[in-house]
Amino acid sequence: MSEAIPAETVLDVRNLQTVFFTNSGLFRAVDNVSFSVRRGETLAIVGESGCGKSVSALSIMRLVPDPPGRIVGGSVTLEGTDLLKLDDAAMRGIRGNRISMIFQEPMTSLNPVMRIGDQIIEAVRLHQKVSSKEAWKQAVDMLRLVRIPEPERRAQEYPHQLSGGMRQRAMIAMALACRPALLIADEPTTALDVTIQAQILALIVDLQQRLGTGLILITHDLGVVAQTAQRVIVMYAGKKVEEATVEALFETPLHPYTSGLMASMPAVIALGAESDARLNEIPGMVPSLTNLPPGCAFAPRCKLAIDRCRQEYPPLSEVKPNHWAACWRAGEIAGAS
Amino acid sequence: MTEQRPLLEVTDLVKHYAVRGGVLRRQVGTVHAVDGVSFALSAGETLGLVGESGCGKSTVARTVLRLVEPTSGAIKLDGEDIAPLSKTALRPYRRSMQIVFQDPFASLNPRMTAGDIVGEPLSVHGIATGAKKQERVAELFQQVGLRPDQMKNFPHQFSGGQRQRICIARALSLGPRLIVCDEPVSALDVSIQAQVINLLIDLQRKQNFSYLFIAHDLAVVAHISHRVAVMYLGRIVEIADKHELFANPRHPYTQALLASVPIADPKARRTAPLIDGDVPSPINPPSGCAFHTRCRYAMDRCKTERPALQAAGTAHQVACWLNDGTGRSE
Ligand SMILES: Nc1ncnc2c1ncn2[C@@H]1O[C@H](COP(=O)(O)OP(=O)(O)O)[C@@H](O)[C@H]1O
Ligand SMILES: Nc1ncnc2c1ncn2[C@@H]1O[C@H](COP(=O)(O)OP(=O)(O)O)[C@@H](O)[C@H]1O
Ligand code: SF4
Ligand code: SF4
Ligand SMILES: [Mg+2]
Ligand SMILES: [Mg+2]
Repeated sequence: MSEAIPAETVLDVRNLQTVFFTNSGLFRAVDNVSFSVRRGETLAIVGESGCGKSVSALSIMRLVPDPPGRIVGGSVTLEGTDLLKLDDAAMRGIRGNRISMIFQEPMTSLNPVMRIGDQIIEAVRLHQKVSSKEAWKQAVDMLRLVRIPEPERRAQEYPHQLSGGMRQRAMIAMALACRPALLIADEPTTALDVTIQAQILALIVDLQQRLGTGLILITHDLGVVAQTAQRVIVMYAGKKVEEATVEALFETPLHPYTSGLMASMPAVIALGAESDARLNEIPGMVPSLTNLPPGCAFAPRCKLAIDRCRQEYPPLSEVKPNHWAACWRAGEIAGAS
Repeated sequence: MTEQRPLLEVTDLVKHYAVRGGVLRRQVGTVHAVDGVSFALSAGETLGLVGESGCGKSTVARTVLRLVEPTSGAIKLDGEDIAPLSKTALRPYRRSMQIVFQDPFASLNPRMTAGDIVGEPLSVHGIATGAKKQERVAELFQQVGLRPDQMKNFPHQFSGGQRQRICIARALSLGPRLIVCDEPVSALDVSIQAQVINLLIDLQRKQNFSYLFIAHDLAVVAHISHRVAVMYLGRIVEIADKHELFANPRHPYTQALLASVPIADPKARRTAPLIDGDVPSPINPPSGCAFHTRCRYAMDRCKTERPALQAAGTAHQVACWLNDGTGRSE
């Protein structure tokens, strides 16, 4: 693990391990996960609920609730600094400044009794010495940047006066106010209607590219991944099971879980399909992290499982150039495609 | 579908809610939740209802089942208007119409066993008791892909997908002819969604009931429906055969909605979204065509005159002045 980190890399996560101590024992919510994000790049993290997407993000932000959670291994290097080694005060100087995060439900991070403009000002003045007049002007500029109509008036309003889409725009304004190197968006459009989702995704990607921000976009929606990301990691039961460029992933998924997910999605454009054509389903359900099977966690649901899968965990390997998968049969799958 | 008379025929359905304010709780406005909706549904058919949140989908679902009282309009089940019926007169019709909700946890009583939940309608309607009921419940469990030995378990012992199966088994218990599904798979993970959608399709094939299927996920609706109705601010703006609607959407709102769905193909990336802004409030919906505030084709006429649903090809109706013969939508 001593390879040099390329210069344009903003974030490099190596062998991250985050565990939870619960009544039913210790479980590994994030199990030895590594990835990196470059300037201006969008990395998508995709997987079904409980696979460890949010805990990965919270680990980077050092916001994992402790107890019951704890980061027990790995490194999180942001612009050359390992965040896991910083004290709390130094970390507060990074959060909202060099890394920001936006969540699915903006109301959880907006203060309901504070004007939108003041909340952005607060975010700015935590990290920058600017006069209140200058800060207010910056806040209004940020609202304009995220294309909120009548930004001067909106800055004076309270969160409940905004629609869901406008609130998410305000969150983005706040998150980008200090021009962070990295933005983490955790299911930012999951609670929004599809037309508003399209607007917000277009906005995030546009701003991120203009500002050169690295973006981690967490989603359970492969459509969102295909429309926004350059690279993708697929998670299953706390582990990274596949990583590729978005083109390679959709062209030739190498992990059976990834191809299973793709096949189980109904497609609007599958017009040739009969109305009552059955979807390909992945049988069974996502395993509980407290009770993982030995070997490959996907084996109980995998059509391709062989004996070895049930005994030994398949290591992540570079099956094709820049395309990694953790599957004993990924080589065969790649060969057959 | 050779049926002459539709199973369900809804005509000019309206549901308004009073908005009250001030100390005297006077009515200060009206929510036009459903504002003149008409459609028909044949036996064995699935009609999908799509549209953004707040457009009135759930209100249509609930008024059709008379869980919510309509303000006006007719709801004919097998030719009989059930809208004006009293609670007692409605009772025999209740058996024929069931609903499955989005949140399979909120709609299950946590203190009842799964078997009792599924069997409850059988006792309430005096259809089966004792061993006969147990037998019927076991059969229902098998039909929805649960094991009869799971009848003694409580809701928290089931996963989300399994809980939705319990809700479906309960809805099936009385042999309904219409099942209203209000976002039945929206809370489920993709891989589990597919299992539940397949189950719904299989059951319909075997038992030939009809679905009124609501989901905000267009792909899910496109998959399961035979016909699809698009709602905007309490009205149906377009309704057509599924293939026709997705291949040839005529209403600018339908076009924008379809163009907003993120396609799982990086080669089909889109640039700019087709519509800006939010859905206006249903308290004072825009005059004329309610979509005119966001429509890029809006003309003067759209601001004052409300377009009615009109035939636009076979099995295709659209409410838009562009389809009036005076213009064309692309
Ligand atoms: N505060 C917590 N206490 C205990 N377990 C937690 C907590 N937060 C998350 N987990 C568990 O960690 C695992 C990963 O969760 P998460 O990262 O939130 O998944 P997702 O991929 O849906 O975002 C899940 O099994 C979840 O139950
Ligand atoms: N009980 C109620 N009282 C007042 N307004 C309501 C009530 N139920 C629904 N509404 C309003 O009616 C409109 C339609 O709601 P709904 O049918 O739930 O939409 P959808 O299911 O399409 O999201 C919304 O504006 C909603 O706020
Ligand atoms: S390792 Fe085996 S069980 Fe796991 S995904 Fe690959 S083939 Fe399936
Ligand atoms: S009637 Fe006018 S405003 Fe309404 S959708 Fe058609 S063109 Fe647009
Ligand atoms: Mg999450
Ligand atoms: Mg609803």
